[in-house]
Amino acid sequence: MTIASTAQLICFAALSATLVLGALGVVLLPNIVYSAFLLGGVFLSVAGLYLLLNASFVAAAQVLVYVGAVNVLILFAIMLVNKKETLAAIPGLPLRRLLSGAVCGGLFVLLIRVAFTTDWALPGPLPVGEEATIRIGEHLFSDYLLPFELASVLLLMSMIGAIVLARRDVLSSDVITGESVDQGLIEKSRSPLLLDKAPR
Amino acid sequence: MDITLPTTIPLQAYLVLAAVLFCTGVWGLINSRNAVRVLMSIELMLNAVNINLMAFSDYLDGQLIRGQVFAIFVITVAAAEAAVGLAILLSLYRNRETVDMERFNLLRW
Repeated sequence: MTIASTAQLICFAALSATLVLGALGVVLLPNIVYSAFLLGGVFLSVAGLYLLLNASFVAAAQVLVYVGAVNVLILFAIMLVNKKETLAAIPGLPLRRLLSGAVCGGLFVLLIRVAFTTDWALPGPLPVGEEATIRIGEHLFSDYLLPFELASVLLLMSMIGAIVLARRDVLSSDVITGESVDQGLIEKSRSPLLLDKAPR
Repeated sequence: MDITLPTTIPLQAYLVLAAVLFCTGVWGLINSRNAVRVLMSIELMLNAVNINLMAFSDYLDGQLIRGQVFAIFVITVAAAEAAVGLAILLSLYRNRETVDMERFNLLRW
């Protein structure tokens, strides 16, 4: 056993421990702000796993997109909808948790069984290592050109869709006087559209 | 007692890790009352799938690394999904003034 492989094993153990504990924290912690920050930790440790798998470009993309964009977006969403509310109790909630836990456990056992009984074609071809970025670029501009271009269209569509869905359709300035209107007053005066007659 | 550690990380270690992450995500997806936490659980599941793709790409497809290209596309779709999902959540919150998943029954029969 060489020093490099020992270091790899130690890194893998530390990253997987961070990953599992962070994921459990994301799901189980009662305070959602802690969950969001732990989610950032989970994303970072996944990026570390990508580095162990000889994929520096995807690791950088993971850090940029997930930690830099998705996690910040989630934090902003939490800040925007962070109203203290006491959730109404549901009958049979522990039973539901138990049942879904059993289903997830069954799924886990199934996945583990598949992973250990399948005859993987190991060892495969030698990994390209640091040439991976060049290979990804070649793939993106030759045989994966159509999905690449479609991804740009998808991003444009989702950007426009997010803006349309999330914006307030009120004027931010008064039509007659031209003065800017207090945003809080507008939000209070606007009655919710979809509220039903059920007690809230 | 003699425990022999493997000299390299086996492929199955990554698969087990991804399975743990995926099952945690599924459990959170079913049981979360907060809508933001549901979106976070979906991100966990997408990351689990990405770990699988990257592990297969490194161990079984080392020359053509198609798994890495697929992982990049999955990251792209996940970013788009997060943006649209949070926008839907914001507009839903503005109309219903809650983030409780049990009260979002607008489209239910």
